[in-house]
Amino acid sequence: MAATAMPKHIDYISPARQRGMGITFLLIGLLIGVFFAGSIGDGSMTTFVMTPGGSATVLADLVFTTRPALNILATICLGLGAFQLIRGFGRRTNLALSLVAALLIFGFLSWIASGGSLNLAGLLRSMVVRAVPIALGAFAAMLNERAGVVNIAIEGMMLMGAMVGALVGSVSNLWLGLLAAVISGALMALIHGILSIRYKTDQIISSTMLLIFATGMTSFISARFMQKYQYLNNPGIFKTWAIPGLSKIPVIGPMFFEHNLFTYAMFFFVIVLHVALFYTRWGLRLRSVGEHPKAADTLGINVFRTRYMAVILSGMMAGFAGAYFTLGSVGRFDEVMTAGRGFIGLAAMIFGNWTPVGSFGAAVLFGFADSLSAKLGILGVSLPSEFLLMAPYLATMIVLAGVVGRGNMPAADGKPYEKE
Amino acid sequence: MAQRKSNTPQSPESKAKRKNPATILFEEVSGGSLAVPLLAILSGLLLGGLIIVLTTEEMYARIAGGDILGGLGTGIGAALKSYAALFTGSIGDPGRIFSALQNGDALSIRRAFNPFLESLVQSTPYIFAGLAVALGFRTGLFNIGAEGQLFIGALASVWVGFSLEGLPSIIHIPLALLAGAAGGALWGFIPGLLKAKAGAHEVINTIMMNYVAFRLSEYLLRGPLRRPETFNPVSPFIEDSAKLPRFFEAPIRFHLGFFIALGLAYVVYYFLFKTTWGFNLRTVGANPHAARYAGINIVWSTMLAMSLSGALAGLAGANEVLGVNYNLAVAFSSGYGFDAIALALLGKSHPLGVVLSALLFGFLRNGAIRMQVSAGIPIDIISVLQAFIIAFIAAPAIVRTIYRVRLQTEGETTFVSGWGGS
Repeated sequence: MAATAMPKHIDYISPARQRGMGITFLLIGLLIGVFFAGSIGDGSMTTFVMTPGGSATVLADLVFTTRPALNILATICLGLGAFQLIRGFGRRTNLALSLVAALLIFGFLSWIASGGSLNLAGLLRSMVVRAVPIALGAFAAMLNERAGVVNIAIEGMMLMGAMVGALVGSVSNLWLGLLAAVISGALMALIHGILSIRYKTDQIISSTMLLIFATGMTSFISARFMQKYQYLNNPGIFKTWAIPGLSKIPVIGPMFFEHNLFTYAMFFFVIVLHVALFYTRWGLRLRSVGEHPKAADTLGINVFRTRYMAVILSGMMAGFAGAYFTLGSVGRFDEVMTAGRGFIGLAAMIFGNWTPVGSFGAAVLFGFADSLSAKLGILGVSLPSEFLLMAPYLATMIVLAGVVGRGNMPAADGKPYEKE
Repeated sequence: MAQRKSNTPQSPESKAKRKNPATILFEEVSGGSLAVPLLAILSGLLLGGLIIVLTTEEMYARIAGGDILGGLGTGIGAALKSYAALFTGSIGDPGRIFSALQNGDALSIRRAFNPFLESLVQSTPYIFAGLAVALGFRTGLFNIGAEGQLFIGALASVWVGFSLEGLPSIIHIPLALLAGAAGGALWGFIPGLLKAKAGAHEVINTIMMNYVAFRLSEYLLRGPLRRPETFNPVSPFIEDSAKLPRFFEAPIRFHLGFFIALGLAYVVYYFLFKTTWGFNLRTVGANPHAARYAGINIVWSTMLAMSLSGALAGLAGANEVLGVNYNLAVAFSSGYGFDAIALALLGKSHPLGVVLSALLFGFLRNGAIRMQVSAGIPIDIISVLQAFIIAFIAAPAIVRTIYRVRLQTEGETTFVSGWGGS
């Protein structure tokens, strides 16, 4: 049986939300038109550099006068807002919201870069790079939760993967390091599985335990060995591999086709997970265990085995995501180096509505906030970058509160299954 | 929790036949509520020791040299030495105390007793934060955001501490503490509101609020709250009038906060178990459906519980600022909020249990500092120990299997009912 059931969308949109959205669009329009456009000089120009540093193909910079551009953006937003208030976009409300959000981001970039220049191509490239650990972490969390097991220790498994990857990678080679990282994630997940599936421990407590364990253990090993013996903490990193031909395309090339293993893996997993979860028997079974384990059990699906498998796959993914930090980015392990990326991954999964494509989109969006906040300091913008870094968390809370529409979280998420 | 077959109580007669005083005593301890925590702590310490043994390099060197027994001895010796350092670092060196008392020199007496009192200082934020998490547990809420609430509480109280000048201590200290509680309460209230009104799960929201709090504190300490004369992200020092009084001269940092924490533990106990509001909150925690049927306002209860929990966590931050550090730096708390989850579980979410586990954690943490210096064991081993303890507490079945003891089955709550729904 081919599983064609895609996540269902709720068609009904309440009038209150309809109005709220319309007012939001209008406010964003006003923000762009009045605040952004009003605070810059008349003839101020915005320059977007379209060639990232070190790229061979050069594309002409995008230069335009800031204020008229902002006024156009504001007008579109106001128009959308007015339409939303009068007629309403109905089912396409979220599409309109994304459009308005995109306009807001573009307007914001034009505003901060007015009178100076912003390397847009570089920003987009670093957005993709910074999305990698977030997206992989989100996939890890999703594999779990689709099977009905909550795991807030993705962060911890990533740390463990990072540490083990660096350690093993230093004494052998990168590939073995990567393998060890994946295995270490799987082992951590197995503990979570045994505690939460076999012993029916509260899944949040069990994963909190793993989180504390991983943070303590990685710091312990690092302080006891890796800082003392530098040769144990020098794995090197996977080289960037530019895809011949494709990487020569301006802007798109450096953005997508000039990365190392981990970024390509992210693209690969988006597609594979999407197909596997929604178009295969395996995926249908996994999801059915997360939605209604009792029904799945009645139909002969082994709930416990499916959950173990999902949890372990999730751990492998988290270990892989952790290896990104040491083997794909920094080239050495530092204590608590994941710095909350696992938690943003969890947020991205929720923001992306428990789907691979959605999680990926959310990860890219959060990666954008991340890379932009790094740029803000260089541009000398008065807006503190910390607020931009808060955005992913706030956005997740807004989504979770149901402002942008009800998510379809697996119905049995977090509930231990009791076989009768 | 499934009641396993091995655990089915036997009939009273068959039990009474085989009883002698020793087994009665044993059953009192093993079947009583203390057994799981005690065995969990014991197992945690044993496993921690094992990790120290396994990571001792000299052991492998000697084993490689053919001296297997000697190598094992070295490893075990290292573990014993570490635990000895943990003991003297947290409770004190008996020899040193004795000689200081004989000597009569005031400074050396203070130094000899300092480890013990410093452990109490380390326990204080644990008591506050543990009460915060425990109160949440009792009301069916998983407040994983104690860390963020602690940061906001610290920010609020440091601000009151340095910006108000010329107040007498009797006003300034309560004001600064209240500010801390209010800051934490606000940070707990938001997830509570979202849970009550929109059904958004508090676990994910409190995690998000944690990170918002970290970023906010970074911003404030780099900007508005930064000490003017420095470029480092630290706040100004608080006024002397806001400092919680210390009872002894340097180097002893033991301060009033400890007694405030103990008092608050009693207040939380009284509130939860002796007042109508506390009863309502516990009912919501035990069975929200029954509570709703009984006419308890669940929306209000959830918001109240999260705010109170946040306030307690905020006080942990205020306590650190007003009693220990006197100022605030970026990332000043090293995981009190997360450890608090462990100790609330260990203390079975009872205020007395929380105080006892907080003392344990405080002593471990303080002792670990000495252990790091004198035995070279990184302080992070404490987190590993705590993780083991939670594992054993959270899955009593494991303890049952390992130690082959019969334990009471207790009602265990599932805190998670899905992220979004309630």
